[in-house]
This record gives sequence, C-alpha cells and structure tokens, in this order.
Amino acid sequence: MLDCTPKEPLPQDARTTGKINPIKTCQPVGAMYAALGIHGCLPHSHGSQGCCSYHRMALSRHFHEPAMASTSSFTEGASVFGGAANLKTAIKNVFAIYNPEIIAVHTTCLSETIGDDIPTIIKQSEIPEGRYVIHANTPSYHGSHITGFSNMCKGIVSYLAESNGSPKKEQANILPGFVNPGDMREIKRIVTEMGVPSIMYPDTTGVMDSPLRDTYEMYPLGGAAIEDIKDSGNSKMTLSLGAWSSDEAAATLQAKCGVPGVPLRIPIGVKATDDLIMAVKEGFGVDVPESLEVERGQVIDTLIDTHFQYEGKKVAVFGDPDIMVPLAEFLITMGMIPKYVVTGTPGKKFEKTVNGMFEDAGIEGSRVRAEGDLFDLHQWIKEESVDLLIGNTHGKYIARAEDIPLVRVGFPVFDRAVHPLMPIVGYRGCLRLIEMISNALLERRDRDSLDEDYELIL
Amino acid sequence: MTMTDVNVDELLAPMPDKVKKNRRKHIVKKDVSAGSCPQIEANTRTVPGIITQRGCCYAGCKGVVVGPIKDMLTITHGPIGCAYYSWGTRRNKARVDDRTPPEQIYSAMCFSTDMQESDIVFGGEKKLAKMIDEVVAIFHPRAINLCATCPIGLIGDDLSAVAKEAEERHGIPVIHYNCEGYKGVSQSAGHHIANNQIMERIIGTGTEKVDGKYVLNILGEYNIGGDAWENERLLEEIGYTIGSTLTGDSAYVNIRNMHKAHLNLVQCHRSINYIAEMMETKYGTPWLKVNFIGIDATIDTLREIARCFGDEELIARTELVIERELAAVTPEIERYRKILKGKTAFVFVGGSRSHHYQFLLRNLGMEVMVAGYEFAHRDDYEGREVIPTIKSDADSKNIPELHLEPDPGMYRPPHLHLKMSKEKYDELVASGVLNDYKGMYPDMVNGGIMIDDANHFETEELVEIFKPDLIFTGIKDKYVTHKMGLPSKQMHSYDYSGPYTCFRGAVTFAKDVAHSLSTPAWKMITPPWEQSKTEQR
Repeated sequence: MLDCTPKEPLPQDARTTGKINPIKTCQPVGAMYAALGIHGCLPHSHGSQGCCSYHRMALSRHFHEPAMASTSSFTEGASVFGGAANLKTAIKNVFAIYNPEIIAVHTTCLSETIGDDIPTIIKQSEIPEGRYVIHANTPSYHGSHITGFSNMCKGIVSYLAESNGSPKKEQANILPGFVNPGDMREIKRIVTEMGVPSIMYPDTTGVMDSPLRDTYEMYPLGGAAIEDIKDSGNSKMTLSLGAWSSDEAAATLQAKCGVPGVPLRIPIGVKATDDLIMAVKEGFGVDVPESLEVERGQVIDTLIDTHFQYEGKKVAVFGDPDIMVPLAEFLITMGMIPKYVVTGTPGKKFEKTVNGMFEDAGIEGSRVRAEGDLFDLHQWIKEESVDLLIGNTHGKYIARAEDIPLVRVGFPVFDRAVHPLMPIVGYRGCLRLIEMISNALLERRDRDSLDEDYELIL
Repeated sequence: MTMTDVNVDELLAPMPDKVKKNRRKHIVKKDVSAGSCPQIEANTRTVPGIITQRGCCYAGCKGVVVGPIKDMLTITHGPIGCAYYSWGTRRNKARVDDRTPPEQIYSAMCFSTDMQESDIVFGGEKKLAKMIDEVVAIFHPRAINLCATCPIGLIGDDLSAVAKEAEERHGIPVIHYNCEGYKGVSQSAGHHIANNQIMERIIGTGTEKVDGKYVLNILGEYNIGGDAWENERLLEEIGYTIGSTLTGDSAYVNIRNMHKAHLNLVQCHRSINYIAEMMETKYGTPWLKVNFIGIDATIDTLREIARCFGDEELIARTELVIERELAAVTPEIERYRKILKGKTAFVFVGGSRSHHYQFLLRNLGMEVMVAGYEFAHRDDYEGREVIPTIKSDADSKNIPELHLEPDPGMYRPPHLHLKMSKEKYDELVASGVLNDYKGMYPDMVNGGIMIDDANHFETEELVEIFKPDLIFTGIKDKYVTHKMGLPSKQMHSYDYSGPYTCFRGAVTFAKDVAHSLSTPAWKMITPPWEQSKTEQR
C-alpha cells in the first residue's frame, strides 16, 4: 500500500509546489452543498459540465443521497466568447422543466478565468414572478471547498436577508458551518432546548438525509425556507459557527441588516459546546435546562470512566479547519496528544490557533500545518508514528500502509454509511466521538493481544 | 402502456420548444418492421440547465484512459478539484506484476499542481516544471503524464513545451494531453485526445520481445472491479498471451510493445476505436469487436477469436474451456434466473455498457426497455457503417485527428498477423467479423427506446411510463432511483462489486441484481399505520 512513498524522510526542500493526495477540494462543491440547504433550491454550476458531475458525485458518495444540480455546460466557443448565453438558456430551461423556487448559481475556474459577470447576466435573464436567482463567485484556484461554502453562505445573505426595522428579540440565526445534516439537527435541538427560536441556514436536514417514502421529491421537505432566510435580517444575533465556513456571511448580515454576529467554533467537544450554550444563555438571558446539564454530566462521566483507554495516545488528525480546531481541542480534553494536525485549506490562523492550543496544554513536539496534504502527513508518520488517525476516507490508505486504526470524521467519508445522520457536535456528539475513538483502540488491542492476554472485560 | 404506444412528443411536452426540438432527435424507438436503425442525434452539445449525467473531456482523458496506467505518474495541471475527484473514484484496479514492482505503481495517488490565483494571472508553466522536477526526484517514475484542465487553455500555458523541456532534463517520456474540460461536448473528446497521444508517443516504442504463439491486446478494458483479470484468466487458459490491456492494470512498459500483438480485441468501442483503427493503418494489426459481458456473448466472443486464427487446436481448447466454465456456473445462473426472469430494466451508462449488458440481462431472463448512452456517437448506436455520414460540428471540430501512414519498418499485412492466407482473411472481413461494430440498435428489443444524453426529467417520465423493475445507472442517479421506489445497480462502479465479465462474473452480477430486487426493505416503505388507514378506507 502506497509503496511508492519513500521510506526515508525527505529533505526539507524536497517539496515546494503542488499537492500529492490533497486534504481539500475546490470551492464549488462547498457552494453546491450550501445551496442544497435552501428549501426548493436547485444549485447551478456555471462552467463546463465536468465540474458539476464531479461535485454531485462527491456529495452523493458522502451522503448516499441524490445531489441535484444543473450546469451551464460550457463548450469551447462559450469558453472563448463568454458564457452569458449558456447561463440565460440554463435559467430559462431550469425554471420551465424543473420549477425550483430558487436557483443558486456558483462559478468554476473556467467562468472565473474568463471573467463572466454573473450579476449582469442574472439581471438579463427571464426569471418567473416570485422566483429567485442568486449567485456566489467560487473560483477553484482560491481557498478550498470550505471557502466555496462560505462564499455561497455570504451570497445567500447578500441576496435574501432583509431587515424590516423591527428586530425579533427572541430569535437567533445559526450559521452551522460545513457539517453533516446530523450535526445541523443536533445544533438546532440544543438551541431549541434552551427555548430560543432560531433560523438556521444552510440547513441540509431533510435534504441530504431525507427519508425513503412512497413518492420521489425533487425538492425534499427540508432546507431553510426562503421566507425564514429573509427574516434572518430581523434576528437578535447570529451564532456564527466556524470561522472559515461562517464568519463572512455573519459579517455580511451584520453590515447589511445590523444583526450582530457572535463568532463561535463548531460545537465539537465539551468546551466548544459549552461556549455555544453560554453564548445563547447570555445572548438571550435564558437558563440552561436540566436536560442539557444531564447530557453534559454524562459526557464528563464517560470521560472519567474510559480515560485509561485513550489517555496519552498520539493522534494524527486531518481535515477541514473548522472541524480540526475544536476536534484537536477535544482530543486534548480527553488526555490524548494531537501529534499532527493538518488541513488542506489555506490560512495561517489555523497554525496559530492550533499552536496556541498545544502551548496552553503544554504539549511539545506536535506539528501543525495549513495547506498540507496527505503525502506530508504520511512522511511525518513514517518519521514518528501515531496510535490513531482521525480524518476522512482518504486516510484509509495510510491507515493500512502503517497499520494504524482510522476513525472517520469529516468530509468526505465515501466508504461508510450512516455517519451523515449521526452528530459529532454537542454533548451527544462528544459521546459518539469517545465511543468511536475508544472502540477503535480497543478493537486494535483485541486484535493484537496474545490469547493469554485476551480480555473479556475492557 | 405497451412499449410501442409511447409517444415521444408527449414525453417531452413540458419542455421549451427549442429544447423539445433538440431532444426529439436524441430519442429513437426500435421498430423491427421499419428495418434499419433510424438516425439518432448524438455527440452534440448538452442543453444548458437540462441536468445531464455527462462529464468533461478531462474526465474522459485522465479519468478514463490515462489515469489507470499504473507505472506512469499523472500530474493534473490545474486547480485542485479535477485531480481530487478523479482520485480513486473509478475502480480501475492495478497490481504488482513481473514488470512493475510495487514502488513503481502511482495510479492510486493524486498529483496536482494546485494552481492558485497568481498562477492564473502569471501562468502556471514554471510551477508545473518545478513539480515535475520534484516528483522525479522523489518517485523516479518511468514516465509522466500531464493533463490539462479548463483554465490551462485559457491562460495559454504551453504544456507541450513544458513536457519537452522536462523530457530533456530528466531523460524520461513526459506526455502531455490538452484535455481541457470545455473541449468537445463530453468525456468522449478526452478519449480521442488520449488515444492520439498514446498512439503517437507510446505504442511502437518498445523493443522488447513479446513471446507467445497468439498474442492479443485487449483495447478499451479498464479493469473495473477486476474485469480485465477475469478476461485474461480465461484467454490465457485457452492458450493466448495478453500483450497489454488498454488501460486497466496496464503499464507503460507493456503498452510500448502493443504493436507486436497479432490481434486487437475491442471491448469498449467508443473510447478506444481510434487506436484500433490507427494500429490497423500503421502496423496492419486487425481488430475484433468483442464482448465479455454475458455468457452467450462471451462464448461467441471466444469462438470468434479462435476463428480469427483458424487453428484447430485453439478451437478445440476454446470449446473445452467453454464447456468447463459453463458447467461450473450453470446451476447458479439458473437459481438466479428464477428470481430475475421477466423483470424489466433501464440501462443508462456512458458509451458502451448500455449495449454490452443487454446480453447478460437477456441470459438472466430480463429485458431492457430503455437504453441510453451519455456520450456515445452515432456509430455506437447505429453501427460503423454510418461513420461516413457523420458530420462533425463546431464543438467537435477542434479535436485533432491523426492521419497515419503504414509504418515503413513495422507494418505487416493483417493476414500475416493472423498467420493466414490473404483470401481467408478477406473472407473473414467480408463476413463482418473483423474491424467492424454493428452498434446497439440490432440488439434492442422491439419497441424499446434508445435515448442519447438522457436527462433527469426524461428519466422520471420514462419511469412513469414503463415502470421498470430496476435501473442500471451511475452514482448521480442511484439514490434518485431509490427514492422513486426502484432498485438500482451502479453500472459504472458495480456498487463496489465485480468482476462482472465472462462466466464467473455473470454469476456475481446475477447475485448482486437478485439481491437488489429481493432486499426485504422494499416491502417496508409504507408504515403500518398508513396500511391500516388504507384498509379502513
């Protein structure tokens, strides 16, 4: 497995350019996912059709769900002379044939390189009464899929959110960040449990985890309603979860409608969940209900009960920055050592944040990298191995090559089902993470132990 | 509704007039009484906004043809996405063999120049050259592929110059493919571009001896789920030597010697017929359209290959192997046939399987009512005889055509490749066995529909009309189909199963299809409280 990867560590300057086995993909898939979190929306990819097929494919493989989207299907002619005609034709055809409430257009490296002016093209398009076309620029040569998600969130705010001058003091907005529908449900449940009505978008619950019933719905029941998104301009505050995914949209909403944004981490782990709950408590003057206190206490109970199964173990974690930061923090809470923390998404603040966490915890010798790739990570592991890998499906090759257990977290997970329905956020998510991590290590202990050391009770 | 009653115009009714007019030409109904195949429009541009299943030229070149070559290090020059999505997502398996050790297999890795804004503004040639230098120093590959993506052509990066200079620096072949995603109208353009470069730069450059009395290449076989290995097992047992497969589990070092084979077998006509034709012109190598999907189809194929060489011993050995394989699988096939008999299906696949699998489904007692290709050309639907009448349009004109001459040193007349007399060879050609493909139409059921570049709307409508028992399609449609209450099997990735070829593959396929129909959950869609309501009413 991965035998062409050199066994010896490479000299420092051996790699200065390009990516080998990346830990990121390009912007539009994030924008497509965000757009699927609007009810009645058809995402539209303004580029050549290969992008759209690839992005739909990636989403379907991760969620085991349909991921509908249309494309401008550029040809060589359009690539030279501009894609305006393609987009106008597409908008006309989509409304006539597929009848969405809204089309959310994103771009690709093709339409960005030729410089198509999307707002102007939209203005010149035939849009039926009461329907919407919104857009976000998502150049693939900048940032990552997380940037694309963020850009579409910002686009949703820019086009739809409105302030009517009478703010609703009890209402919160939630920007959940690039997480699974299972996480979105859990975040919403926590806020609801605290008695605060909320508007969440993007909201892929009911869309990317939809039930199989007796009829096929091209636009499933889930997703944030356009009316609610509009109304988010009247909320008291925006809980902005994940700096990379959500902060730009929150800032835009603040500038446009005066709704203050509260920057938070995606609530993975005890501390990040505590922070979300405290923000809601303080922001709305509500009490934390007994039910959440019980949930929290169960997590602490479990951490105490099981700590010896994972304490002191070294972990390599890789994935998207908004998930990696609180996850690494939770691993530290568990007494584990995040030995390597890598994201493919650019941004030096990632390294700064994680290094700060290492410092606070007194962890030495751990490494963090933004804009890294799995080839880097594999080389580091060859230098000094770890006990556990946590990351997406692409990590399975390193896991096999180096015989390290892998816990699947993040995007994409192509080789296991059910995970998008199950939260890793909130206190419930803590329990699930503890279970997955602990079980992975125990399975490995069972596999490796001699007959005489094989234990009934662990 | 019976199949012959389907009114295609009604099917398309809600579409805008312009779209309706366009799409009407892409749908053909099989009518035995009309004789030959009506003309179908294919390989034309996709209607914007229609929700097509198609991909791009890069996918056809890198993803399909070039990517599987295991000992070539393939760099995608572009932003990260293209390389990322074509990384490990097609199941073209590769393994170590006596010519390719494990440390020289790169096909499971993803290499991208990861272009940034500054590369778009100032050009990416230097970055690409630097990356080549670095991967050569780290991996020492035998040869390198460079694949272009959308922005490359627009910003004017000269891949050919970068490749040439890198070749001089490193002394290994560096082969470039101008397979920008916007070229052509589908994956198909990418096949053609890949074929051209493989033909010009790799095939014929090998000087190693290829042993074997009857040496075959298998063209257009990508070893999805191990298909190629099953074909090879069978052929080797009969007594053939496999020179190289294009490109499933193939190695650069083997492809170089492909001109030494005696016969080219063509499995996927769409993606590789260019090389088949060009090798016929340049080296005189004859080609035979084969099909290893389906038991009867495999038997016919094995017999035809033997007939091409006309060796009695080979023919006898062929019959022996057929008899043995058939005996081994027949009881199991019969068991599944009982479950599958009378079931109907739709098949929507890329450019060849929609035809091939009809043979296997028929063996299992199933019938295909609607069959569609994403990106096939008219010859794949109607047969190669229509090729002279195909007009290339503005979207395909820019795909280069190579015009080759017989190689002065290496050309041998085709009958010598097959070790037979010219008369006997001419007879074989005249009987339509060699160098021909009759297309999908002759094998469609009467009243069945052939549909080109089927979109989401049409698929939904056709399901409503025909109510098939099962749909064979790809990942984008799979879960849509499930929500419609229909079982679906992925016909590109085989739902991570396989191989599906030859005799044993047929059993695996039959089992997988039977399971997808018989899963108990299909009967549990309506909750019990809804059932009691219905009963009360």
